[in-house]
Amino acid sequence: MTGQHTSVEPRLGPPAAVRQLAVPVIVIGLLGAAGYLVFPEDLAFLTRLISITLLVLSLDLVVGYCGVATLGHAAIFGVAAYAVGNACIAGLADPLLLLAVGGLSGLVMGLVSGAIVTRFHGLPQLVLSIAIGQLVGALSNKLSSLTGGSDGLSGITPGRIFGVFGFDMFSRTGYLFSLAVLIVVFIVLTRLVASPFGLLCRGIRDNNLRARMIGAAVYPRLIAMYGVSGVVAGIGGALMAINTGVVGLDSVGFERSAEALVMLVLGGAGSLWGALFGAIVFQLFEHVVSAANPYHWLTLVGLLLVAIVLFAPQGLGPAVASRWRRLRRAGARP
Amino acid sequence: MMNTVLSIGLDAVSYGMVLFTISIGLSIMMGLMRVVNLAHGAFAMIGGYFASYAIKQLGLNYPFAIVVAVLGTIVISAPLEMLLYRRIYRGAGELTQLLLTIGVTFVIIGLANYVFGPTTKSIPVPAMLSGPFDLGFRMIPTHRLFVVACGLTTALALWLLIERTDFGVRLRAAVDNGDMAEALGIRTQVIYSMTFAIAVGLGAFGGVVGAELMPIEPSYALRYMVTFLVVVSVGGAGSIPGALAASLLLGLADTTGKYLAPEFGEFFFYLAVIVIVFLFPNGLLGRAQ
Amino acid sequence: MTRPLLELRNVSRAFGGLRVNAEVSFTLGEGERVALIGPNGAGKTTLVNVITGDLAPSEGRVVFDGQDITDLSIPARVKAGLVRTFQITRLFTGLTVAENVALAVMQRRGMTWRFFARATFTPGVREEWRRILELLGIADLAARPVTELAYGQQRLLDLAIGLALNPKVLILDEPAAGVPHDEAPKILEAIDRLPREIAVLMIEHDMDLVFKFARRVLVLANGRLIFEGDAGAVTRDEEVRRAYLGSYADGRRRA
Repeated sequence: MTGQHTSVEPRLGPPAAVRQLAVPVIVIGLLGAAGYLVFPEDLAFLTRLISITLLVLSLDLVVGYCGVATLGHAAIFGVAAYAVGNACIAGLADPLLLLAVGGLSGLVMGLVSGAIVTRFHGLPQLVLSIAIGQLVGALSNKLSSLTGGSDGLSGITPGRIFGVFGFDMFSRTGYLFSLAVLIVVFIVLTRLVASPFGLLCRGIRDNNLRARMIGAAVYPRLIAMYGVSGVVAGIGGALMAINTGVVGLDSVGFERSAEALVMLVLGGAGSLWGALFGAIVFQLFEHVVSAANPYHWLTLVGLLLVAIVLFAPQGLGPAVASRWRRLRRAGARP
Repeated sequence: MMNTVLSIGLDAVSYGMVLFTISIGLSIMMGLMRVVNLAHGAFAMIGGYFASYAIKQLGLNYPFAIVVAVLGTIVISAPLEMLLYRRIYRGAGELTQLLLTIGVTFVIIGLANYVFGPTTKSIPVPAMLSGPFDLGFRMIPTHRLFVVACGLTTALALWLLIERTDFGVRLRAAVDNGDMAEALGIRTQVIYSMTFAIAVGLGAFGGVVGAELMPIEPSYALRYMVTFLVVVSVGGAGSIPGALAASLLLGLADTTGKYLAPEFGEFFFYLAVIVIVFLFPNGLLGRAQ
Repeated sequence: MTRPLLELRNVSRAFGGLRVNAEVSFTLGEGERVALIGPNGAGKTTLVNVITGDLAPSEGRVVFDGQDITDLSIPARVKAGLVRTFQITRLFTGLTVAENVALAVMQRRGMTWRFFARATFTPGVREEWRRILELLGIADLAARPVTELAYGQQRLLDLAIGLALNPKVLILDEPAAGVPHDEAPKILEAIDRLPREIAVLMIEHDMDLVFKFARRVLVLANGRLIFEGDAGAVTRDEEVRRAYLGSYADGRRRA
C-alpha cells in the first residue's frame, strides 16, 4: 500500500489523511469481527495471533523498510514480555501502564540491538542479529528469578482496563483490547512510513551510498527505526504477557524470530498490509494444520518458502494485490 | 584445578574439531558462491541418518558407512543444487538466500521425521574407537582422538586439494574473479556444482563423526541451523585456517562456559561471536569484500 | 575569474604503489562551466571521488568555499553545497520519481527527522520538487516508479536529485554515459537550463558534448593535469594531441 499511495496524484490531498485513518479501522475491525464469529470458543488463540502480528509489523519496519537482515527480532519481543510480567507481579496492575512498560523496554532493547546490528551489512549483520537473539535466550534461561526459567514466568494478573473492564477467562476483554491496540499501532505506523523519516529509511534501503550522498547520516536513522520497531515489538510482547498470564522461553527464541520472518515474507516485506496479511494467514493455517502434525506443518512451510522465493519474491500480498488491480481495471472498462 | 583445565582443553579441542569438520564445507561454499546456507546442518543430519541406517539396518562396518553417508548425501542434495541453489549463488540478496535455505531445512526436517521418526538415532562406533585411550598421564575416550584426527585430516586434504591440484587452481581463480575465470574458459558452473558436492559431503562426514557430541534427530537441523553459519562468519568465509581458528576459539568459549557456568548455556559462545564479529566484521582471517 | 568556489591544491592519490593522481591543482569559480576530459584510465573518477570525499587524498588539500574540506565526511560536504551525480545512476529504486527528489529536498532542509508529516506533500517541499522536475522536463513522470523509467530519464532524475540539494558546485560524472546517442542532446539541454550561479564540473568522453557545454577545459592524462584553458585551444595543444586524441576516436565510438 505505502509504495503506491504516497505518490503524487492531486486527489490525495486532505482526504488521504482521512483514508489513512478510516481504512485500517474498517478493515482490521471487520477482520476482528470475522475472527470473533469464526472462533468464538478460541479467542485466546486470536489474542495471541494479534501479539505475534505486532511482532511481524515491527520486523517489517527494519527488514522491509530499512533492508536490514535479522534473525533475532524475538529477543526484543520476549524481553518486553518479561519486563511487563515482572512489573505486573511487582504490583503494577493497570493494563495501559503495562503496555507502556512493554513499549519502553522494547524501545531500549531496540536501540541497543539496532546499534549493534546496523553497524555492518550483509553476513556480519545477520550473524550479529542471530547472536543477540541467542544471547538473550541463554540469559533468559539463566536468570530464572526474573523469567521463571524453563517453567516460564507465571502469575501475571493484570487489573481492569480504565478500572472498568476486567480480563475474563474467555479472553473477550483481552481480544477487544488487543484489537484496539493493533488498530492504533497500525494507523500510527501508516503515518510513520509515509513521513519524511520513513521515506529516508526506504531510500537507505534502496541505495545506502546515494542516501549518504544526499547528505543523510545513515547509521542514526537505522538505530532510530530500530527503536520504533522495538516499541512495536514491545507492545506485542506486553499484550502476550497481559493476555496469557505466562511468558515462556519460546517468546525470545530463535524459532520465533525465524517464524516472524517467514510470515513477513509470505505477506510481502516493505508493506504494512503485507505484514498484517502474512501474519494472519500463516497463523490461521498453523492453527489448523500444526494441531494435526507439527512436522507436516514444517514440511509445508518449507515448501511454501521455496515456492515464494521462486515464484513470488515480493510476497503473496503484492502478488494478490496486482492481480486484484488488474481485475478491477478490467472491470472498470465498459 | 589442573585437571579441570585439561578436561576443558580436551573437550574444547574435540568439540572445535567437530565444528570445523562440519563447517569447513560451508565456509568454502560461502567463500566461492557467496551463499548464506542455513541448510548446511540439515545435510550433516542427512549424513548421520545414512550412517545410522547403513550400520544398524544394512550391517555395514563403520568406515564403509561413512562412505555411504557422504555419497548418499551428495546424491540427495544434487537435485537441490540444480533446481534451487544455482539461482541464489552470488547475485541474490541475503534475505532471499535465507528464506530459500530455511525452506529447504524445514522440508528436510519434516521428511526426516516422517521417514525415521522423532527419536534419536545412534551411530554405533567400532570397538576400536569406543574404549578409553591412555595418554600416559591421563585416560581419554578414544573417539575424541578420532574426531581430532578427522578434523586435521580434513584440513590437510582440503589444503592439498586447493593448493596443489588443477581443480584448486580453477577454484581459486573463480573465487578471485568469476567473470575473468569464465573468460579464460573455466566453466564456473561446473566448479560451483563440484564445490557444492564437496561442501555437502564434508558436512555429512562431520555429521557422522560428530554424532557422539551432536546426536542425530530431526531437530538437529534446526538446533544447529545457525551454529555453522556463525563459525564460518567468525573465521572468514572461504578461509581454511580461519575456520580452524574460529572452531577452536568458539569451541573453547562454549566448553569453558559450560564447565564453569553450565546454567548459562550458549551465552559465552555467542558473547564471543559478538565481540569477534564486531572487531573483525570480515572474520578472523577473512578478506575485505 | 569569478569568486573561487572549489580549489584543489597539489592533490595526489595512490593505491599501493600506483599513483593515480599526481599533484593536481585547479580552481573552479562561481557559475563556471568546466569540462574535465582525459583518456581512459587517466584517473578522472578517482579525482572526483577525492573531491567528494569517497576517497581521502594521499597528499594535498581540497578547499571549498574558503574552507578546507579535506577531512570532512561525505554528508558534511553535501551540506556545504558540493554535490555530484554518478557515472552509473544511483537512484532510490523502490520510490517514485517525485519521492526521489522530495527526499533530497527534505534532507537538505533538515526535515528527515520528522516522523509524522506527509512526506511529498509538505508545503514548500511539494512546490520545490515540482519546480525541479519541470526545469528538467520530467514533471509528467512524477508519480511513476523509478523502475519504469527509460535510462535517459533515469539520468535526468539523477541530475534532479543533485539539483534538489541546492548545490554551489555540481560534479557530473559522464552524465550521458549509457544514454542512446540521439537522446544525449536532451541531457545537454537540461544541463544548459541549470541555474547560472551553479558551478558545474563535467567529466565527459563525448567531445561534441564537451565543446557545446564548456568554455574552459581541463585535460587529465596519467593522473596529471596536462592542459588547462580555452575549449577552442584544447585540440591545438600538442601535448593533448599526443596524450589524448589518439584514444579520443575510441572514446567517441563507445559513447
